Amino acid sequence: MIGGLFIYNHKGEVLISRVYRDDIGRNAVDAFRVNIIHARQQVRSPVTNIAHTSFFHAKRSNIWLAAATKQNVIMVFESLYKMCDVMAAYFGKISEDCWTPKENTVLTGNILDFGYPQNSETGALKTFITQQGVKSQITSQVTGQIGWRREGIKYRRNELFLDVLESVNLLMSPQGQVLSTNVSGRVVMKSYLSGMPECKFGMNDKIVIEKQGKGGRSEDGGKSSKQSIAIDDCTFHHCVRLSKFDSERSISFIPPDGEYELMRYRTTKDIILPFRVIPLVREVGRTKLEVKVVIKSNFKSSLLAQKIEVHIPTPLNTSGVQLICMKGKAKYKASENAIIWKIKRMAEMEESQISAEIKLLPTNDKKKWTRPPLSMNFEVRYLKVFESKLNYSDHDVIKWFVTSDEVESTRCAADAAGADEKKEGCPVTSSSSSSLLLFLLSAL
Amino acid sequence: MMNDSLFSLVCAGEIFELKAELNSDKKEKKKEAVKKVIASMTVGKDVSALFPDVVNCMQTDNLELKKLVYLYLMNYAKSQPDMAIMAVNTFVKDCEDPNPLIRALAVRTMGCIRVDKITEYLCEPLRKCLKDEDPYVRKTAAVCVAKLHDINAQLVEDQGFLDTLKDLISDSNPMVVANAVAALSEIAESHPNSNLLDLNPQTINKLLTALNECTEWGQIFILDCLANYTPRDDRESQSICERVTPRLSHANSAVVLSAVKVLMKFMEMLPKDLDYYGTLLKKLAPPLVTLLSAEPELQYVALRNINLIVQRRPEILKHEMKVFFVKYNDPIYVKLEKLDIMIRLASQANIAQVLAELKEYATEVDVDFVRKAVRAIGRCAIKVEQSAERCVSTLLDLIQTKVNYVVQEAIVVIKDIFRKYPNKYESVIATLCENLDSLDEPEARAAMIWIVGEYAERIDNADELLESFLEGFHDESTQVQLQLLTAIVKLFLKKPTETQELVQQVLSLATQDSDNPDLRDRGYIYWRLLSTDPVAAKEVVLAEKPLISEETDLIEPTLLEELICHIGTLASVYHKPPSAFVEGSRGVQHKRLPGSAGSGESVESPDTGSAAGVSEAPPAVIPSQGDLLGDLLNLDLTPPTTTGPPPPSSGMQMGAMDLLGGGLDSLVGYLHSTMGAGFGAPPAAMPASFTAPVSGGLDDLFDLGGGVGMPMGAYSPPKTVWLPAMKAKGLEISGTFARRAGVIQMEMTLTNKAMSVMTDFAIQFNRNSFGLAPAGPLQVLTPLSPNQSIEVTLPLNTVGPVMKMEPLNNLQVAVKNNIDVFYFSCQYPISMLFVEDGKMERQVFLATWKDIPNDNESQFQIKDCHLNSDAASNKLQGSNIFTIAKRTVEGQDMLYQSMKLTNGIWVLAELRVQAGNPNYTISLKCRAPEVSQCVFQSYEAVLKN
Repeated sequence: MIGGLFIYNHKGEVLISRVYRDDIGRNAVDAFRVNIIHARQQVRSPVTNIAHTSFFHAKRSNIWLAAATKQNVIMVFESLYKMCDVMAAYFGKISEDCWTPKENTVLTGNILDFGYPQNSETGALKTFITQQGVKSQITSQVTGQIGWRREGIKYRRNELFLDVLESVNLLMSPQGQVLSTNVSGRVVMKSYLSGMPECKFGMNDKIVIEKQGKGGRSEDGGKSSKQSIAIDDCTFHHCVRLSKFDSERSISFIPPDGEYELMRYRTTKDIILPFRVIPLVREVGRTKLEVKVVIKSNFKSSLLAQKIEVHIPTPLNTSGVQLICMKGKAKYKASENAIIWKIKRMAEMEESQISAEIKLLPTNDKKKWTRPPLSMNFEVRYLKVFESKLNYSDHDVIKWFVTSDEVESTRCAADAAGADEKKEGCPVTSSSSSSLLLFLLSAL
Repeated sequence: MMNDSLFSLVCAGEIFELKAELNSDKKEKKKEAVKKVIASMTVGKDVSALFPDVVNCMQTDNLELKKLVYLYLMNYAKSQPDMAIMAVNTFVKDCEDPNPLIRALAVRTMGCIRVDKITEYLCEPLRKCLKDEDPYVRKTAAVCVAKLHDINAQLVEDQGFLDTLKDLISDSNPMVVANAVAALSEIAESHPNSNLLDLNPQTINKLLTALNECTEWGQIFILDCLANYTPRDDRESQSICERVTPRLSHANSAVVLSAVKVLMKFMEMLPKDLDYYGTLLKKLAPPLVTLLSAEPELQYVALRNINLIVQRRPEILKHEMKVFFVKYNDPIYVKLEKLDIMIRLASQANIAQVLAELKEYATEVDVDFVRKAVRAIGRCAIKVEQSAERCVSTLLDLIQTKVNYVVQEAIVVIKDIFRKYPNKYESVIATLCENLDSLDEPEARAAMIWIVGEYAERIDNADELLESFLEGFHDESTQVQLQLLTAIVKLFLKKPTETQELVQQVLSLATQDSDNPDLRDRGYIYWRLLSTDPVAAKEVVLAEKPLISEETDLIEPTLLEELICHIGTLASVYHKPPSAFVEGSRGVQHKRLPGSAGSGESVESPDTGSAAGVSEAPPAVIPSQGDLLGDLLNLDLTPPTTTGPPPPSSGMQMGAMDLLGGGLDSLVGYLHSTMGAGFGAPPAAMPASFTAPVSGGLDDLFDLGGGVGMPMGAYSPPKTVWLPAMKAKGLEISGTFARRAGVIQMEMTLTNKAMSVMTDFAIQFNRNSFGLAPAGPLQVLTPLSPNQSIEVTLPLNTVGPVMKMEPLNNLQVAVKNNIDVFYFSCQYPISMLFVEDGKMERQVFLATWKDIPNDNESQFQIKDCHLNSDAASNKLQGSNIFTIAKRTVEGQDMLYQSMKLTNGIWVLAELRVQAGNPNYTISLKCRAPEVSQCVFQSYEAVLKN
């Protein structure tokens, strides 16, 4: 198992070094610093073997995390990430300050014991850190079946918030042909519920609907199979009973308290892109670049896209940008090497355009600009569901919140080899969204 | 925050200050001081001087403070073992504390203090904690057993902790079960044969129940443990699979990978025509794809594992090509791995898409990635014949970009395409030749030279091109030099008239001005071939080359099977078995996939086999070249016409293997002897054969002599594994040597553990100390089918070429079959070289004994031998060690013995046997004292059998 855990700041100074096993010597700390952090070349694998010791490493913000071992072990990246999550949850962000002696003690045994990952439940670990005096509830919590929730939670208002964050990846050939699209979504939940609530969700996933197709469904069963979505795969927070999902396709769980990611899903079929983005890039000589981007909305009339933000990358040697946009506000941000174009809202079938004149500094750098992909973010507020029928002990309204869609499009540099006029393969961005998931909440 | 102050202490004065604070009466002050101490310890400063003061703070009710003190103890107890004892009482007391957190903390910390004296005190508290009412304490105690085992394994066994640990597998709490499983698995690793984790259907059932309820990491421990279980039949295997599949939807990717491992393993047991088998295959794909949307580090791990899975069961992901398309912001390590998998999945159906992508990648910025992309295009061409033309034109487009490294890489792969599809794409040679000047990497230059040499007759100015390379001959790397030599010889054989001068120039450059033995040897071989028999030279140099195979980088089947059993661990990331990177005995057991239930059927009916894809036609694996032994041996493999395919990756070495054929030993012998004499004379007029020249004082050792004697049962050691299947692509060889009826025999068992039939066996020895050589070909007449074994007896003679080995009885052997050539070395008992006429006359014995200087006498002890002198004498006689005289002095029997080796060396021995003393003393005298050690070993072996 894991023999040692080392945490460094970006300069390579040790913040924490913890050795769990004898086979990892103290010099492993330095070996990692010399060979990875201060390596002359970028290290090309997150798993490296230095002098018979294997290191797993990951970098989060400015912090290097490394786990060292001499044995054949399972992948511990997850526990490294979790550790960061715990620190982030406790401090709000990950920085050097996070690694103080108090948290240290948590790392000694509760995350890893003798190199065995033990517990990585944010909530429970937080309790460990804050634990004062002789409350012993925690022991039964972390070993019990519901390690993620403590007993006796009480709220005056019982609330449950759901955010569905989707990112649409689109890959397009320089000729404008769509190579692949997929939506990966995350369902983030914030629950503030009292007691030990049992929650149950259903999905309008194809398999479920086909199953229930014959029997008329109570609420949205009548809306026909058109709305059903073929979900390729989903993964769940470990509070969800997986065997139940496997057999019944119902998501049942006792939620942790606070914010957590309930599930992730992935679909590839029938993705309708809500926006079309058409970029035009023209290189005028060596020191000037003209960029024109057109976005067209392409969704149903009932919806409204809000807080649209288009991120247009610019070359590194940009010296100045002149912008004209039809709608919204646009700004060149030198720190991000990009033009940020913000539009408050767009209705269905609308079109908007921005044109930019980018002045470039002459360089003799031979490497051509790699043309990173454009990306776009927006929110769609829809589906505000108030279910008066649901009654959760003492409160009867569950708020359904914003469904925000996050869109990212992926590369596609068109290449016309040396021609003056280049048309960048247009990364059309989008989100499939349209009520990907309809939830049904039944509370006990 | 306080952190700044905490991290800033440096000087020694501060230690003093801390000391005062630690001993202060105020609790708050104490606590702050301990925090400061821990802070400095964490960043690696030495605060061990404060040990007694910190230990004094241990007795406190404050849990936080206690944790900090314990943390300190773990770090420094080892450096101050005596003082650590002071803490024991507190530990023992804490193990009884009403607060389970403190009990657990105490037992956890005690396990981490690796001081012998403390471990003694640990046993009692640990025993209590293993039976504690609180599961949190029990789960911590379970891990503590593993810790204790690491410090003192014997103690753990004596105290019966292992049984308690086994009981915990049936604990009511899933976390306790998981930790007990983890601890037992680790302990079992250091006792490979013990039956610690006795997995039976009942325990498996318990584990599967616990699997649903414990934490994510506990699930991993349990899944890993399940993977070691071998179900009794396919129904059990199916029911386990059914209960494991829900884990594929877990958010923790390590859980997913462990579940995949269990499924991949148990799937082997399922019959392929089962419906469930198909369902399972379908279920495996989505989670694997989902792993690719995780963090980049996890993506990398997932891709490395997918790489294995795709090789084992390509059908799982065959429709998922698109997800492996590289994204703009993927880190480079993810990009490279994705590329690898894309090629593995490339097929006729998706080749157009793949090619378009690869072409795109070839214009990216990262040099390594671009190179790999270009190489990938070549591999596609070789893999999917229909796409070859498109690949070639893509490569030509890339060459037009004139980007230096792209051009070079393209030329290297075009060379391979030429080899795969001869006489198809030669029209592009002209384009290639245009780029001759821009090539600066050896591999690309060598590839270009190979192309020019191979197609010399179609290139008008081939001689000029090659001549231009020749100018800087000495500055080129060996690879290029060798290739240039071969190419010019080819050119000469094709266009003898114009290029005579050129060929002479290169031959003299290679033979006279080079320090590189490879180059020089090849030069001489060509020279001699050309001067003696140009027709033969043509046949050899311009011989038809075997086609190169499609997959050049598949992992060999046995290794792949083992790696599949290690999915989700480091081994699967390195693509190496754990024994390759884990030191010591841990984790070196080789895991194997269970035998397929349907394997018998799939051999009989090819239909079921084709459903499986892999089992039907395992692609041939081409060996990597770096085998050290291979370089050492000059092999003459019979029959020479069917030598295995030369490695395609090194076109420049092609033909070398054929060339080093028949009767070459003498030639090489000549070359070595001339080396000292200088290179004055042109070697054109070489004598046909040479006796092997030997130098040094070993002459008598190599006197050839042969003895034929009476049949007698000589000692023969039991068979040992000489060549494990791991190293030989599934061929396992175990064997021994024996002398039967005066003939030395090598008795071998060949076992085929691969999936394909093996044929065309041949064997060859390297030169060895006693000139052992096969007296006939290896008699394996029938092809060896998978899982079949065959016993072969190979008679040996001792008239082969001689070279002193270290150790003396070492024998290097090469075995060839239709798959590859394998090398191994083994040691033979020297007793099989003792000839039957080894009985010396008494007088001669006396004279010889006196004659041999005392320096040559060596004395050994043979321990624990319970034979009396007569029995020993009889036993030795069976192995041709003859007793000449026996004397009894003071109850001690002195046996005088002689033996003769096949090469005529006499060894004289005096064996002293004392009644009642199991230790014999033996003195050996011989003119060649080098053999004494081996002879002693033989004595020992013979007497103890």
